[in-house]
Amino acid sequence: MSKIIIDPVTRIEGHLRVEVEQEGGRITEARCSGTLARGLELVFGGRDPRDIPILAQRICGVCPQAHATASALALDEAFGLADQVPPNGSLLRDVMLAANFLQSHVLHFYHLAALDYVDVTAVAGYERRDANLRAVSDFLARGVLEPFVPRYEGDYRLSREQNVEAVRHYLGALEVRKNCHEMLALFGGKMPHQCTVNVGGVTTQVSRDKVAAALSYAREIADFVADCYLPDILMLAGAYPDYLEIGRGCSRFLAYGAFGDRDLFIGGLAGADLAYEALDPDRITEDVKNSYYADGADGLHPSAGRTEPEPGKEGAYSWLKAPRYGGQPCEVGPLARMMVGYAGGSAGLKEAVDGLCAAARIEPGALNSTLGRHAARALEASIIARKVQDWILELQPGEPCVIPVEVPQEGSGAGLTGAPRGALGHWVRIEGAKVANYQAVVPTTWNGSPRDAAGAPGPMEQAMENETIRDVDNPFEVVRTIRSFDPCLACSVHVARRKGAWTATLPV
Amino acid sequence: MAVREINVVWLQGGGCSGCSVSLLNAARPSARNLLVDQFLPGMHLSLKYHPTLMAGQGDAAFEVLDGLPEGGFVLALEGAIPENEAFCTIGESDGREVSILEKFLDLAPKASLVLAVGTCAAFGGIPAGTPNPGAFRSAKDILDKHGVGTPVVNVPGCPPHPDWISATVLEYLAVGDGIALDALQRPLIIYGQLIHENCPRRPYFDEGKFAEKPGDPECLHKVGCKGPITYADCPLREWNDGLNWCIKAGAPCQGCTQPEFIDLMTPIYQELDEDRMPRIGEEATVGEKDE
Repeated sequence: MSKIIIDPVTRIEGHLRVEVEQEGGRITEARCSGTLARGLELVFGGRDPRDIPILAQRICGVCPQAHATASALALDEAFGLADQVPPNGSLLRDVMLAANFLQSHVLHFYHLAALDYVDVTAVAGYERRDANLRAVSDFLARGVLEPFVPRYEGDYRLSREQNVEAVRHYLGALEVRKNCHEMLALFGGKMPHQCTVNVGGVTTQVSRDKVAAALSYAREIADFVADCYLPDILMLAGAYPDYLEIGRGCSRFLAYGAFGDRDLFIGGLAGADLAYEALDPDRITEDVKNSYYADGADGLHPSAGRTEPEPGKEGAYSWLKAPRYGGQPCEVGPLARMMVGYAGGSAGLKEAVDGLCAAARIEPGALNSTLGRHAARALEASIIARKVQDWILELQPGEPCVIPVEVPQEGSGAGLTGAPRGALGHWVRIEGAKVANYQAVVPTTWNGSPRDAAGAPGPMEQAMENETIRDVDNPFEVVRTIRSFDPCLACSVHVARRKGAWTATLPV
Repeated sequence: MAVREINVVWLQGGGCSGCSVSLLNAARPSARNLLVDQFLPGMHLSLKYHPTLMAGQGDAAFEVLDGLPEGGFVLALEGAIPENEAFCTIGESDGREVSILEKFLDLAPKASLVLAVGTCAAFGGIPAGTPNPGAFRSAKDILDKHGVGTPVVNVPGCPPHPDWISATVLEYLAVGDGIALDALQRPLIIYGQLIHENCPRRPYFDEGKFAEKPGDPECLHKVGCKGPITYADCPLREWNDGLNWCIKAGAPCQGCTQPEFIDLMTPIYQELDEDRMPRIGEEATVGEKDE
């Protein structure tokens, strides 16, 4: 029995540490630790509620739009005007969130995850007619190879031609993800951290030229997803078929629904058997037994939780709490959205999943795996890249995008939506026209959670346990599986304010 | 043409990775230029350590930080540094979790330059907002407190424009300590003028035509614009490959390049007090008399 510690886990968002106990290569126990706490929800408290969508997006530089959207939805409800947001405002929020999903998914696959499967050095000696690849070849010839080395060595299985093509797409994807941000900035002013999504709508204007520009961006991005991203996933599935067999998590999937069209991305739960269950947000609880918070606060709903930071607490190992639904760990993310949509009768998602599975010659159940998560993410990107074109064309140039708002003395609201990494919920309570309580329960808190009070490991931990590592010096299986969840640690640890007094409540 | 390698070590403390993502939005020079060829004329930035982009992980990655050439690298910091060390650890070494504070203080004396990228690293930023639970501080505060004299250049912004990062590095490599900085260690080539001085909506301000709500086309002064007290070249450069920026999109400037961000730049939509408004015309008159 020996322990493998990977700290830092790189090519993710944020600060993550992983420890696995292994015996003869078989992982007997895995632990995920979030190692940064900023205390942002505490920072949000006492402020003008209209500041929060702008500030809350700073939870995450990769998916700021999801936090701005969830925050605006929560405030719409708290201000009592959820049904008064102009159609342009709601559509713009969807268009901007879609652009952020596409940026995040493309970035995640090509720039964060792909280096686990693709060998950049295969481009050495390339002398043909692609300037991007010649630049990589020249780079390799100079011999100073960071940031592409050091790396795990050994298990790179693609042919030279496949590697070269994948590196070409890695570079092309840099341009595509940049264009996703430009598409968003048409209406958001700038990215990361746009400045227009807020309670009551979006504080900008729609013109015909911007509609045309957004559509042009969306079509180009959709082409890249169809021509490169999805085919590259199928290529990996061909070369690494064993990764369709491993990395199964807790096999219980949760989604809140996402975007205005909740018939497409529906909310609910599903199991590996694809049985659907409707969502009841009251069944969400959080445990702190293995987290750096004072004991005695297990099993409470986030809105009634109690959390006092206790760095170094005996037995604890993460700044993340352990969210549970009905007492059970749940996986969230693109795979969860596909599974819930498939089980719950979303015609659009079911058709897309069946199409992908036919192309990959797999059953839908095989998506519940390390590579399956990547496939679900790519599929989601293709669905959104097509759907957003409809939303862009529904925008009405010259019509209002926001209504004037007044801050209420009292109010409360919830904003449940989807972030690129999974189900995202923000909860706000306003007292005396200020934020009295702010909560965010975010995707990686679900996926990367430590063990709960009953000892059940979180979904990422479960996905690693019982995996077999072929080469303990280069534990590809561990990092490939972790990255398939697209963890975002900055999102998952913050500090919340409780009723009455500030009680430095860390993650949610 | 021979390409010179500029070693860059990029640490992340208490931040959101938005500065790294913004860097990837670089247009000219581009993200490809950053990663594999000339980000600056004749120079490749060799990212020895960058947690979001580097292939390696765990020991092999963290050990890179042990073998850096004395005086031979630029240390970029993204995010603020918590004095309460348990709030941010960034790796394991010798069976022990190492805090960002410890690693930053280990590397900064060996660096030729500390580049504080983004408002969190430059001034504390978002996590240092009241009540600042982790005691988050800026790079300069930490170095001053521990008596480290390595030069610090701040490139604030939430996040900074990618051009601000490349232009600052280029300027520093060209003129070294002769780089012109303001009192807040910001390069004057970027942060030399107020947003308000170059704002295309300035005529509305001068004529007293004010937006009633954010999103309206007139001057955003009455809905909280912080352009009159914020130094940056956003109106001239614009964002995301010169496409748009906050005021052009209809949102008030939020003052994100300033040390006052966020506590003294909020409420975002509240008009600046008269006594915080600059006397731009009067200052110019005074300056002329002094000469």
